[in-house]
Amino acid sequence: MYLDLFITFFKIGLFTIGGGYAMIPLIQQEVVAHGWLTLLELTDFIAVAESTPGPFAVNIATFVGMEMGGLPGALLTTTAVVLPSFIIILFIAKVFTNFQQNKWVQGTLYGMRPVVIGLIAAAVWLLMSTGFIGEGVEIHSVGDFFAALQYLEIIIFVIGSFVYFRFKLHPIKLILISAALGMLFFGVLPMFF
Amino acid sequence: MKLTRHQKEKLLTVFTTFFKIGLFTFGGGYAMIPLIEYEIVERHHWIESKDILDIFAIAEATPGVIAVNTATFVGYKVAGFWGSLLATLGVVIPSLTIISLIALFFQEFQSLEWVGYAFKGVRAGVVVLILGAVVKMAQKGEYTPLTVLILILTFGLASFTDINIIYLLLGGAVTGLIYQLGLNRKTLNSKKNEEDK
Repeated sequence: MYLDLFITFFKIGLFTIGGGYAMIPLIQQEVVAHGWLTLLELTDFIAVAESTPGPFAVNIATFVGMEMGGLPGALLTTTAVVLPSFIIILFIAKVFTNFQQNKWVQGTLYGMRPVVIGLIAAAVWLLMSTGFIGEGVEIHSVGDFFAALQYLEIIIFVIGSFVYFRFKLHPIKLILISAALGMLFFGVLPMFF
Repeated sequence: MKLTRHQKEKLLTVFTTFFKIGLFTFGGGYAMIPLIEYEIVERHHWIESKDILDIFAIAEATPGVIAVNTATFVGYKVAGFWGSLLATLGVVIPSLTIISLIALFFQEFQSLEWVGYAFKGVRAGVVVLILGAVVKMAQKGEYTPLTVLILILTFGLASFTDINIIYLLLGGAVTGLIYQLGLNRKTLNSKKNEEDK
């Protein structure tokens, strides 16, 4: 079983390209087919993984390893999911330092840099559109749109933006502040209103 | 291998920096970009701002977990093999520890309402962070009609279609190569012996 766990998570680590949630279907296929987690358990865990720090792939690997074989299992699956990245990038980093000034490499990067900026901008858009507009609401009019807006989240975003950009906060401080605001707005305030 | 004291200190800083990054990265690979930018580029000046974008590009286009790819790459750039190993361990250990604990108390964790409230706030905060990273990078980008077009196309396709981002990165790479090829031919025709810029 340990070998099976190792091979499966090595495969997941290797075939995850583009990262993030693009790998969920692959994980689902492998983990559910092996009977390691049910689909429902996996869905629950995805929700938990969203509210814990760290790369999603590492989180799910640790979780499945822990469920199947305790701490040794978790260490095994985590190593397995990280190993392909580590080996491939180590190789690329070594080669890249020698070829960085090569004009073909420069040409390729010239085209890829704006893609990366565009992708990060798209990530902002996606987070805003899913986070600030209520889920599963059908929007037919301007009124529907305003009714669906998640005002508290938007207020946290505005306060966060202000303090972050105005005072050039450390990113970690901003995360702690927004966590506190979350507890204040969603936990404390509803007790009074 | 014998390490000098200075190297040891640097390795330790690489580890603690990535440990922090692993601990405070919520919501996937993109969320670690602002932290890396802040710690690696602005605070420690280990890597220049224009090089970090190349590393992100390569880390995203390479198979594997983006966060680990980035950590390994940055670690290697900063302090060679040991740097990459410590950066990777640093970024993974917080996850490993936290998730192992959660796996033990999974039911209890799910019912912690206050954790849920905190994370609703954190999700809004993460949007601010990533927005800040885009702004910073956009300020340093080189703008030609071609790169602006690629940027806008990428944003549109990634936001409004389900296209796998690997195709976008490949598309950008191929476009860049073709552009370089065309540029090369032009310079060859005009000035044969001039050095490549």
